Amino acid sequence: MSECPENLSYRDSHEWIEREKDVAAVGITDHAQGELGDLVYIELPAVGRLVEAGEAVAVVESVKAASDIYAPVSGEVAEVNEELESDPGLVNREPYKRGWLFRLRVREAAESAELLDAAAYRASIGE
Amino acid sequence: MEATDDFPRRHLGSGPAQITAMLSQLGVSSLEDLIDAVVPESIRLRSPLQAPAALGEREAVRRLREMMAGNALQRCFLGQGFARSVMPAVIQRNVLENPGWYTAYTPYQAEIAQGRLEMLLNFQTLATSLTGLEVANASLLDEGTAAAEAMHMALGTHPGGQTFLVSNTCYGQTIDVLRTRAEPLGLRVAVMDHANPAWEEWEKPFGLLVQYPAEDGAVHDFGPVMDEGARRGLTRVVAADPLALVLLRPPAEFGAEIVVGSMQRFGLPLGMGGPHAAFLACSDAWKRRIPGRLVGVSRDSAGRPAFRLALQTREQHIRRDKATSNICTSQVLLAVLAAAYAMYHGAEGLRRIAGRIHAMANSLAESMKGLPWVESVQAPGFDTVVAGVAANRRDAVLGRAEERGMLLHARDDGRIGVTLDEAAREEDLRDLVWVFGGEPEAVRPLGQEEGFSPIHRRTAPLLEEAVFHRYQTETEMMRYLRRLEGRDLTLNVSMIPLGSCTMKLNAASEMLALSWPEVMEMHPFAPASQIQGYLRLFADLEKWLAEITGFDAVSLQPNAGSQGEYAGLLAIRGFHRARGEERRNVCLIPASAHGTNPASAVMAGFRVMPVACDREGNIDAGDLAAKAEAHAAELAALMVTYPSTHGVFEEGIRDLCAVIHEHGGQVYLDGANMNAQVGLCRPADYGADVCHLNLHKTFCIPHGGGGPGVGPIAVRAHLAPYLPGHRRFGGEQATGAVCSAPWGSASILTISWTYIAMMGAEGLRAATKLAILNANYVARRLDPYFPVLYRGERGWVAHECIVDLRPFRESSGIEVEDVAKRLMDYGYHSPTMSWPAPGTLMIEPTESESKEELDRFCEAMIAIHGEIMEVASGAADRKDNLLKRAPHTAEVLCAEVWDRPYSRERAAFPLRWVRENKFWPAVGRIDNVHGDRRLICTCEGMSAYTAEAEEER
Repeated sequence: MSECPENLSYRDSHEWIEREKDVAAVGITDHAQGELGDLVYIELPAVGRLVEAGEAVAVVESVKAASDIYAPVSGEVAEVNEELESDPGLVNREPYKRGWLFRLRVREAAESAELLDAAAYRASIGE
Repeated sequence: MEATDDFPRRHLGSGPAQITAMLSQLGVSSLEDLIDAVVPESIRLRSPLQAPAALGEREAVRRLREMMAGNALQRCFLGQGFARSVMPAVIQRNVLENPGWYTAYTPYQAEIAQGRLEMLLNFQTLATSLTGLEVANASLLDEGTAAAEAMHMALGTHPGGQTFLVSNTCYGQTIDVLRTRAEPLGLRVAVMDHANPAWEEWEKPFGLLVQYPAEDGAVHDFGPVMDEGARRGLTRVVAADPLALVLLRPPAEFGAEIVVGSMQRFGLPLGMGGPHAAFLACSDAWKRRIPGRLVGVSRDSAGRPAFRLALQTREQHIRRDKATSNICTSQVLLAVLAAAYAMYHGAEGLRRIAGRIHAMANSLAESMKGLPWVESVQAPGFDTVVAGVAANRRDAVLGRAEERGMLLHARDDGRIGVTLDEAAREEDLRDLVWVFGGEPEAVRPLGQEEGFSPIHRRTAPLLEEAVFHRYQTETEMMRYLRRLEGRDLTLNVSMIPLGSCTMKLNAASEMLALSWPEVMEMHPFAPASQIQGYLRLFADLEKWLAEITGFDAVSLQPNAGSQGEYAGLLAIRGFHRARGEERRNVCLIPASAHGTNPASAVMAGFRVMPVACDREGNIDAGDLAAKAEAHAAELAALMVTYPSTHGVFEEGIRDLCAVIHEHGGQVYLDGANMNAQVGLCRPADYGADVCHLNLHKTFCIPHGGGGPGVGPIAVRAHLAPYLPGHRRFGGEQATGAVCSAPWGSASILTISWTYIAMMGAEGLRAATKLAILNANYVARRLDPYFPVLYRGERGWVAHECIVDLRPFRESSGIEVEDVAKRLMDYGYHSPTMSWPAPGTLMIEPTESESKEELDRFCEAMIAIHGEIMEVASGAADRKDNLLKRAPHTAEVLCAEVWDRPYSRERAAFPLRWVRENKFWPAVGRIDNVHGDRRLICTCEGMSAYTAEAEEER
């Protein structure tokens, strides 16, 4: 059983986003980091980039796979987690805390309604 | 009277007695019965192949030599990106002619590939030192495709970019390849005057490329165009001659972010165009976008430095249609040769070689000035003198050159180019002066002065690393090469049962022509009259490959399997467009396809649409039909591998092809598994329109440790007009060149020619049958221990089998990787891991392995099964066991302290016969995570890594 905090929203492609925040942090779930294994590199978007919900905005790489990370909502990239450059393993160790990937200045909060809550995400990964 | 050196019995691992024994184990009465049960009747070829009768080894070699005598050996000064070079004999004998180097596979199993990985790291270091950039990959296919890869890298950082600017002084073949690659992606290649760029004319430029030295031999100051390019945010790429860089300012110093080029001049023979190793170097910021393979330094289980392929997940194996490149095979053997050349000569030796060439060029230019026939002489930037001659003297000059057996470059602009090289002699200068209408005595003596302005002179250090100083006597080099060779498990040690890779025998007779000057010293742009031997070779091979596949026309140009895929898809694209059906751009690809398939399709401008596979690994016919119908208006092609990537002859292949044709699409057949088909069935007969062949699989070209490969394509007549073109073919061409050289890696086609000539139609068919028998024999022996996952309708596999290891993960914590590493202790290279299905091994024994060798391999696998059971039952620890701690190095086993719960003897000599042929892995299990997190891709001297490893311990 992986951890899925209740205060977050999820995409079925294994991203999480903080709920009801104007500038919301985005990361990957505990389940996703477990499946990928030790992350070795994370490619983050440029600050200021405008992204659409569902657009590939980042890439996380482990020695097993390179996976695209999709924006859970539309918005502007406000900040990226620069700590990950020297320590990508943060995502493995603290996927919901210091392992966040980037923050989005959310354009339309309404879209968040299409995201999954913790229970629905847990169901989607068969837990 | 029959020859006594008939070849098939040497190539085929088993004779009648062993075949009978294997058949009886399978409960089948004859080989023919087995084949009838394996290959669907609906696709069987019932008539013999129309190929000549088999020749004995000696006779085949004699005929090839006689044929190649039709090539005229000339003193070649043609240049244009290909110049003569001298391979030191110690390197020729110990690497090029040595199965311990050329039969190796791609170094995915790094623990038993440390030798070539070290050499590739040396190659990367060489490229970075010459160019002044921080990172270089472990080779690409040729200069033209390397330039195209750089263009793709540039595009990747400029989404929406439209125009790639190319200096008009770049080699013509490079511009052609760029155009071929740009067009399907909707990009434009704009040829510009770099000295006077018309910036405002270009739509969304994203990168620029210049040639250094330029195509006409001049060395330009690219500072202004590079600075302006940088100001406009363009990616700056330089195509450079690495031998010139020994003397010239490194491109990084004038703003290059990416430098590409061919290492051919580092001791690689011209070979009629290839194979050669290209390089791509880039600044640190680009390292995670670099295409192809990159060797990095990590550490092993004992904390010692160890080499491995880094950033593998960026390759198409995993990224599929999102990959930025389809390059898979590179040119490892050639990169090894080039690195060894640089090490043998060192910086000082290279300076002497390059300096001598430059001095000869200067001397020639000086001597030509003032000759009555010569109107102008362009001073050589490095090695090339371009002379304008009076119009009425041009024929005389070329006639005199012919008379003296010299090849000069008759340029399109009317001038005549002469490229000096490492093989040039002082006598050549005298003859050249005579050719241009002077007296031989008029040669001005060799001056060592550099003759280019100080802004072009190299002041940067060159090759200061220890490896480029240590091995400059023949004794030291010979031993270094032997030491590295001993770290690699190759076909001269044991079977390499890699599924889908067909690691069959690369017979010595097949390799002989690679040591003949009339094969190796031919220039790809030599006139047709002087390459008659090669033209006959191409004609024979095209005819034979057409017969084997059932198709009508063949292109030998693609110099790798992935290039063949790309060229085949371009042919399909050209066909649709010529019929006004531009809208056809959907390419259906089964989920089970090799990762290069979707990557190639994207490069060819197609939209990839995956087709589902059923639980048996077969294409889901319903899903295929539904998708073909739903997209009938846009359907361009189906890419399908046959037998399937799951190693099974799918019964319905004929129907699948028919469905695609019904909806206006074309069928592309991936020929990776052709070794199951030769002489038994033919792609054209069951409905394919085009297929590529991997000559480095089915037709005996050795894998070279990860290249060269050759991927010719065969097509039905309606696609023939869309085969790859090349400027040397002349005339209108519907499709551009996919490679720099007109016939790709022409020289190694002699290998496949010899193989087919020695096997004959009957031998080829016998090989296929035995390959199928061997696979089914291994499947039968292993099935009780490792269940065989996929079988055809009648319960048989094709030429390979996939065994399931997933249950062990649950029961014992043992994974595929542990079994692969443990096999090394038994002296075997692992089968293909976790492809096409995760948690499996795919085993392809090929026809060349004897029953005895198959039995040893099976015994090793069965013994490993026993070791897994010990873990599962709790008799052995789940972490500290023979598998998890494999492979075992001599150093670990001989250490003072031994504190593991199993014996040293079991670790090293698990079966009695292992003692007789013990292969010692050079390093323990390599830490992949460490290597990818901290990328080190050049040799800074091993002491640096060792110190770091000590520190971390």
